[in-house]
Order: sequence, then C-alpha cells, then structure tokens
Amino acid sequence: MERVEFISAESTHNPETGERTETMMLNMGPQHPATHGVLRVVLHLDGEVVVKAVPYIGYLHRGIEKLCEHITYQQCLPYTDRMDYLASICNNIGYILSVEKLLGIEDDIPERAKFAEVILFELGRIESHLVGIGTNALDLGAMSAFLYCFKERERIYDILETVCGARLTTSYPRVGGLPLDLPENFEEVVGNFLKVFPETLTEVDKLLTRNKIWIERTKGVAVINAEDAVSLGLTGPALRGSGVPYDVRKAMPYLGYENYDFEVPVANDGDAYARYLCRLEEMHQSLKIIEQALENLPDGPYIADLPDIVLPEKELTYTKMESLIRHFVIVYEGFKPPAGEVQHAVENPKGELSYYLVSDGTGKPYRMRVRGPSFVNMQALENMVQGSLVADVIAAIGSLDIVLGEIDR
Amino acid sequence: MSLDLAQVLDVLNSKFPQSILDVKEYRGETTILISKDKLRDIFGFLKEKFEFTFLADLTAVDYLEIKSPRYEVVYHLHRFGPDCEENVRIRIKAEVSEKDLSIQSLTPIWSGADWLEREVYDMFGIEFTGHPDLRRILMPEDYGPYPLRKDFDVRDREASKESFKKELEQGPE
Repeated sequence: MERVEFISAESTHNPETGERTETMMLNMGPQHPATHGVLRVVLHLDGEVVVKAVPYIGYLHRGIEKLCEHITYQQCLPYTDRMDYLASICNNIGYILSVEKLLGIEDDIPERAKFAEVILFELGRIESHLVGIGTNALDLGAMSAFLYCFKERERIYDILETVCGARLTTSYPRVGGLPLDLPENFEEVVGNFLKVFPETLTEVDKLLTRNKIWIERTKGVAVINAEDAVSLGLTGPALRGSGVPYDVRKAMPYLGYENYDFEVPVANDGDAYARYLCRLEEMHQSLKIIEQALENLPDGPYIADLPDIVLPEKELTYTKMESLIRHFVIVYEGFKPPAGEVQHAVENPKGELSYYLVSDGTGKPYRMRVRGPSFVNMQALENMVQGSLVADVIAAIGSLDIVLGEIDR
Repeated sequence: MSLDLAQVLDVLNSKFPQSILDVKEYRGETTILISKDKLRDIFGFLKEKFEFTFLADLTAVDYLEIKSPRYEVVYHLHRFGPDCEENVRIRIKAEVSEKDLSIQSLTPIWSGADWLEREVYDMFGIEFTGHPDLRRILMPEDYGPYPLRKDFDVRDREASKESFKKELEQGPE
C-alpha cells in the first residue's frame, strides 16, 4: 500500500536568498464535507498553490456490474438507484430503456408511459441540479441559496412519493411501461410544482448570478477549454460550459425528445460560473419540457401488452391459474432477451449515462457496463485545479457536480 | 455533411486491409471487430479523417468458455454533428487472448481514456501498453484477483482478507 509522505523530497533552494522551499502534500478526504461523498484527493502544494492534485476513488465500490451478472434483468433495477442517488429516477429510466432496446420492444411502449417518463426524467434533472448548485454555493459560503434549493427539492420528492411510494430510491418504471397507472392527482401536483418553482428559480438567480462574492469565487476558476473537455470525455454541463453543444436528448433522442421544443444552453468560458449558468438555464428548459409533456399526457394503457415480459395484473395473479403461472415464470426465470449487445445513452443531469448490455440468451445479463458521467468527469479535476489556489479545489469539485455512488458503482 | 457509414467502412477496409475482421448490425448499431495490432492507427485515423472526436466509452467483456480469444475490449466512438442525423456512434471491438493480455493504450489520442483503461485493468487484468499510470482504480492496490472475470468467485472472501491482512497486522500507526 502506498504511503503518503506529508513533506515531499522535492525541494528548491534559492542560493541568493538562502531560502529553501518544499512542496507539501495535503490529504483531502475521504471524509471531507466538500468532497460530496468519499472522495480522496492528494494535493501537492507549493504554498497555497496547487502543483498537482491526484484523486483516489473506490471507497464506495460495491461491484454493481458484477452483482448484476447474477440476477435477472428486473432485479437489476434497484441497483441502478444506488448509483446516482441524487437523480435515481433518471438512472432507472436509462436502464429500462436499454433493456427495452435489447429486447427490441421500443415500439410497443405505450405513449402514456413515455410521457410520464419524460416528466419524471426532467423532475430528476431539476432535483439533481438543485443539489449541484445548492451544495456548490454552500461550499463557497452561500448558505441561503442552498436552503432555497433544498426546499424545492423536497417538493419533487413529494411528487415522486405520490407516483411510486419512494422518495430517494425510486426503482420506478418497469420494462414495458409503468407498474401502476399514474395517481389521479398527478397532473395537479406537477401543475402546482410548475407554478411555484419558477419563483424559487428567480430567487436563486437573484442570490447568485450577480452576487459579487459568488462571481469572484467561480469566474475564471477551474477553467477547461473545449478541446480538453472533448478529449477528456466530459459530458453534461461540464462539456456545455466549455462551449460544446452536445446533449444526448438532441443528438440521439429517446422517449420522443425530438418532439419537444427546448434549447440546449451552452456557455463559452469553461469555468465554474459557466457551468453554473448552464445548470440554471437547464432547469428553465426542463420546466418547459414538463409543461409540454403534461399538456399532451395521453390517456390509455400505461404498460405494454407483452405477456412474456410484463407481469400480469395483481388481481389476475390472485384469481387466475394461468396468470399465476405466468407471474411465477417471469419472476423466477426472468424474460430472456435474444443474444446480442446494445448500448443506450441518456442525458443524465450530470452528463451522458449509458448502459452497455450483453445478453447470452438467458434471463440474466451476461455483462452490464455502466458508463457514469461522474466517473469520466472526475478525471478533469487534475487538469482544472493545476496552478490554482487550494480554496478553488472546493469550487472545482462542486462545479463538476459529482456523485461518488456513481463514480465507484 | 452527413456521414455514410458504408463509406467509412470501405475506406477503413482499403486502408487497413488485414485489420477489419467483421462488421455487424444489431438493433440499429454498427459493431466493427478489428485486430488489436493496428488499434491505435485505426482509432487515430477515424479521429482525424472522419471526426470521431469523442470516446464515449471503453470497457471489456470476458467470454470465458464461450469463445476464444477470451476477452473483448469494447470501444464506443461518437461523432458530433449539428443535426441529429449527423451524430454517429459506432462500436469497435478488439479481441485479447488469455495468453497475451496486452493491448495498445488510447491515452495518446484521448486523455479521457486514462481512467477507463485503468478500470478495465483493475477489473479484467488487461494491460494497456503505453498507458502512463496503469494502477488499480476501484479495488485496493494490493488486491489480487480481477473481479469482473467470469471465473472470479463472488463468495470467496480470501482475497479481501489477504488484501487487508498486512494493514491489520501493522495496526494503526
């Protein structure tokens, strides 16, 4: 095991003044409030300037990819919540879409399910961006913006609770559609949220966007140019903050995103402030999408009519022999996608989340690979903080908006 | 300018005649199987000539007892375009045999390949030649086996115990 020496051997001696300086190593994390989880960064410091920052990850590694090789496709769903737990509904929907692609049943999914998934996906995006902006501001000392953000986040959790009964770990849609129809008051609660949320967004905007302290702490901090950002594989606001307009919803539309009217916000400076602006504007755009989806939310079936894949209704399972058998077979053996491989990407709040599934024709995935946006985005930290001050490392980590559950999986 | 994948394949075939082994279409996705000798040249060529500037994913799959060579390293390449139709994603695979676990690293072309390759090394033990810093990334550094290999037994705790034994014996400093 590698040992970290706190005083490094490298030292420079200035013969004129007789001064001798050494770079110091500072261990930040794994238990540190501003690392948003269990991230350890070893900082090499020359005075207060960062010479090198080396992130160490893996403290939260649970081996989700390995675990999923031993369970059926439906059983993998709850594990996907535990990756990006700040937007678990987005992970869930991303996984469901990949399995549907693997099965080749995308065209059988009812419209009602697709619209509901779009609404929930965008709520998940707002939820995650609220935490991203809120904690970034909190780390830099702006407490009030954080409180406004978290107040709204509770409202989203309440909506999720009415829809699926869980607040944080949703495990909500199923392969083929929704497990239950949307609650009767769904349109009402989402409508209420649409009414109150823009006000809070304005408050956050007022608190931060032209706040002198916020600007000085984020503008020109943790800069990454477009070329490096693409080479590093950054996605999400981290890439769009550097001026590259790549958004999976536009580039490879899923769930009918091509039919919605929305913009992809792009900022050109590539600094923490630019990423903040992207997140803020994305929330406005999400509201626009939710509004459109809610307006056009169709009635009708909420789950596909695919007896081999979808569980029978609970009522029938209890009363009909055939349904009980079907239920047993699907739960016990799982449905069996034909042998093959697919990759499906979705635009998670933090960037591109893609699942690569390999099927060998059995009821369990032969291989499930998760390309998490936080894992790839985290690589940029070293590039971003080189030559900046120690305090800017906090701003950089906050503006990357990482979640360790997804980095370590 | 939209991109014609068939044309890309033709150019690839004429430029690297021995290296393009197989092309498959499944669920609307194109998979190209290449030989690992010319790996870096092919990726560099795709990036320069056809603007596949974005390495979307890099991973591996272990096909123990299913086929030989045992491992496949899987790359997903993406090409940005202003319109939806011009965004092209392809999957490129290279086979790695059990006897020779090395494959060229893509870090000179994409700096983002760094951690992705470290993860594949950590999980499968595949070695990327030319990688600047090939260390374990998620598992402890002195952990023995490679967890995502198919012959890894998830119930076997010995490796974890072994990995922390030294630390336990030494005790807190």
